[in-house]
Amino acid sequence: MGHSAREEEWAVWMRAAIGGDAQAYHRFLSAVTPHLRAMACRRCDQFGAPVSEAEDVVQEVLLAIHLKRGTWDPARPIGPWLSTIVRNKLIDSLRRRGRHMSVPIDDVIDVLEAEEHADALDRLDVDRMLEQLKDPQKTIVRSISVEGTSVRETADRLKMTEGAVRVALHRALKVLAALYRSETSENR
Amino acid sequence: MKTDDLIHLLAQDAPVRSRIGKALTMAVIAGILISGGLFFAMIGFRADIDTAMETVRFLFKFVVTIALAVTACAVVFRIGRPGASLRLWGWMLLAAPVLLLGAVVAEMAVMPADSWSARMIGHNARFCLTLIPLLSIGPLACFLFALRQGAPERPGVAGAVAGLAASGIAATFYASNCTDDSPLFVLLWYPIAIAIVTGIGYVLGRRLLRW
Repeated sequence: MGHSAREEEWAVWMRAAIGGDAQAYHRFLSAVTPHLRAMACRRCDQFGAPVSEAEDVVQEVLLAIHLKRGTWDPARPIGPWLSTIVRNKLIDSLRRRGRHMSVPIDDVIDVLEAEEHADALDRLDVDRMLEQLKDPQKTIVRSISVEGTSVRETADRLKMTEGAVRVALHRALKVLAALYRSETSENR
Repeated sequence: MKTDDLIHLLAQDAPVRSRIGKALTMAVIAGILISGGLFFAMIGFRADIDTAMETVRFLFKFVVTIALAVTACAVVFRIGRPGASLRLWGWMLLAAPVLLLGAVVAEMAVMPADSWSARMIGHNARFCLTLIPLLSIGPLACFLFALRQGAPERPGVAGAVAGLAASGIAATFYASNCTDDSPLFVLLWYPIAIAIVTGIGYVLGRRLLRW
């Protein structure tokens, strides 16, 4: 991730995010994602994972960055922290996906064509995990992500306090990460 | 769910509620309190501690156990943080064994060879092997709980280091009760007890510290 001016900008956004600035955090995650995508696509081959799953890998890595951001010391540069966490999670995710793979060559070509639109496609992994969440976590996650509502609107709709929605959302994200992990061990 | 939707979702959970540094500081304090509480409730200091305090052998046990506790705790504080260098403190873990080996050489230089094996076997091996693991349970649980917020590259190794730190704390308490002060005794028995706890930490770390 080398470039220091870019890293400094990311660090500024992340510091604001830690303090609760959702917009700065949105900017940070949006800026990091294209790099994750490029890395995931490049590495799929190496681990024998289908390229069609690259975006699933990106989402899994984003979730890991999110849940582990408390391990970044804001006094230190963000680059080494970010690249270590990304490398570890990327490899973890790709290794698992590489295991159960034997794709005929025709499918590979289909996949390569489909890959162009991978961005726009709804990803299966996270939706499958989402199905396993209980209410109100499932409703909250779906309302905020797919329907794009804010925490306050979600709270009004579900007749919950904003604080309760925030706590439920945070728990839901932890459960999602645990679901990814448990699928890992099943495949081993 | 599209990736943009996921980013929107994560952004709604922006503020950080738990920092690993704070969690680990609490874990050290709680671990020492639990281990110490159990120690004083169960056995306490040895009866002749006042005279023992005047002997180099007794005091040097604490140099070794505290060196282990401090260096292993320092690694525990770093091992859950991606990108933090472990090299310096990894090497510092050798401080306790090097100090102990130095003491053993000194002991063998001043004591007649026919007394070595009696000093090494001692009288309290059973207690050493049971009490150090027992006193380690509290601190190990605290460290593992705090490290769950971390992102260790190798979860098993992180668990093992947590076990090392926990047994360093436990061994420090135990050493103030044990009447075997020869470095030869410490060299034979303490590492066995510490290895048990470290092994348990490794197994638990592999299960509990994955992320």
